[in-house]
Amino acid sequence: MTALAAIAEARRRTRKRPLGRHLSILGWCAAAVLAVVALLAIFGPLLVTVDPNAVDLSGAYSGPSPEHLLGQDASGRDLFSRLLSGASTSLVGPLLVVVASTVLGTALALSAVWIGGWFDSAIARVIDAVFAFPGLLLAILATSIFGTGLQAAVIALSISYTPYIARIVRGAALRERSLPYVAALRVQGLRGTSISLRHILPNIAGLISANATLSFGFALIDLAALSFIGLGVQAPTADWGAMIGSGMAGILQLEPQEALWASLLIVITVAAANSLGDELVKRSENRS
Amino acid sequence: MNSPAARAAWHTIRFLGGRIGGLLATLLASSFVVFGALYLAPGSPMTFLTHGRSMTPDAIAQINQQYHFDEPFAMQYVRWLGGILQGDFGRSILYKDAVSSLLAQRIGTTVALVALSALLVAFVGLAIGIFSGLKPGFASNALMGMSTAAMAVPTFVAAVVLTLVLAVELGWFPVFGVGTDPIDMVYHLVLPAFALSLASIAFVARLSQAAIRQEISADHVQTAIGRGFPYGVVVRRHVLRNASLPVLTVLGLTLAGMISGTVVVEQVFQLNGVGSLLVSSVQQKDFPVVQAICLVYVAAFIILNTVIDLAYSILDPRVSVGGGKP
Repeated sequence: MTALAAIAEARRRTRKRPLGRHLSILGWCAAAVLAVVALLAIFGPLLVTVDPNAVDLSGAYSGPSPEHLLGQDASGRDLFSRLLSGASTSLVGPLLVVVASTVLGTALALSAVWIGGWFDSAIARVIDAVFAFPGLLLAILATSIFGTGLQAAVIALSISYTPYIARIVRGAALRERSLPYVAALRVQGLRGTSISLRHILPNIAGLISANATLSFGFALIDLAALSFIGLGVQAPTADWGAMIGSGMAGILQLEPQEALWASLLIVITVAAANSLGDELVKRSENRS
Repeated sequence: MNSPAARAAWHTIRFLGGRIGGLLATLLASSFVVFGALYLAPGSPMTFLTHGRSMTPDAIAQINQQYHFDEPFAMQYVRWLGGILQGDFGRSILYKDAVSSLLAQRIGTTVALVALSALLVAFVGLAIGIFSGLKPGFASNALMGMSTAAMAVPTFVAAVVLTLVLAVELGWFPVFGVGTDPIDMVYHLVLPAFALSLASIAFVARLSQAAIRQEISADHVQTAIGRGFPYGVVVRRHVLRNASLPVLTVLGLTLAGMISGTVVVEQVFQLNGVGSLLVSSVQQKDFPVVQAICLVYVAAFIILNTVIDLAYSILDPRVSVGGGKP
């Protein structure tokens, strides 16, 4: 293949494809659910009419009414406004984990692939070592040191999710690197950083975003689990995981509204992230 | 020395040595993380450990004796690791007792919980997967759809719903505790184990279904069926055998993944296992116990992963002892 043909090939490969052209109906539904949940997290606080932390002991466990659309919890707080204002607390943490681990993992993997040699094998070793530490456990260790709350947990989870993304990006970038268009760009005298960032990265961006979507679901589960056992978001801040935890008392008295609504929101969000991620992964695998 | 048998033996030894070396290196690295975490805490390690508690000089001397804060960092680490290798996990600040005896009282519950969950995953997950792999149709599609949904259900949500329906409303199972005798204990652990294994059951079911479908459509299987071999024999000899490899790996991996899930499940069902001890120790700032449990969990996780890796290469001679081809 001549250099010119290889560059044409590179252009073809880098050409932007409209997102969602190959999404199935299920994929569209999942994307729509995620969009609705994101809108709730952003504009939820504006829709709240009742103070989510206002205690009203006389209304404990009361059912739905015009003032309280979904009823009240054990301390008589309005469930609807707690679920709405909990959306941002529950979703911002996983989002930060995904962004941090994706950026860090991609940067590590791309530089490892381009520099190669001892640097690459050192990075691969570190990735394996971090992989050996279960994410939830690292987060628990971090909260025991830096105190309970989201901050330490988000940092710990970002670290333990990085190897997952880094492994996938490293594999994909290694494949891309061996393709003729990379050699052609090198012959033209482009520097490694610009080949990696402007040519290899756009070509594997689909795969990266697909796996980021998948890990959003896992991060949501891990952080909600942490808040559920009482080591994450602290009372009285509303959070879906923490609401399931505080709703456990209601379960025993057959007043499960709080735990069930929060569970439902978590399951729907995770299911949407999982199925959209699965579909995007399949699509990016078919492409290359 | 150049005979194929000798070469194969050499490769096996190198392969095993590499894996075990990797295992030891990872264990060492994670023990370093668990120990070094003490120094990431704000303030001096001593103030972090005592955490504003008023301690008698005796108790402080006790902590100093345990961690050797007067010595250089490297020596502290070596001494701590040496103690652990001899079964000395330090002393709990809160319970004023050896951590190893705290662990010994509670590890049985956790091991029983993980073992029961593993059995559930293996039997229920494989049964669903094999059934829907071999009998395509409405039931198979329904089961796979349910599995996809179940995979999105976190452990604590499964625990909440199971408790509500089966324990509180129907009263079929106890809500809390571990019971007294072994049979009672299994009865008490059914709900926790099911909550812990639900997502894994779904995952294994989907994976084994996909593996079986793939094997059935393979040319040699279709040829065997076309030549009129009994269907059962073909399924047993060709389909299940080949499909079992990826499934076994995943079975092991989910088992390793369930280890950290015990933290959540034991908390919900108030089981007195190692996981609930970890949570209460974090809340009560009993760091020596946190350190010991993290180390035990990570070690169990790493060792299990290595065992799976080795088992896989024994089962599938193609991947074993890489580079075995002359």
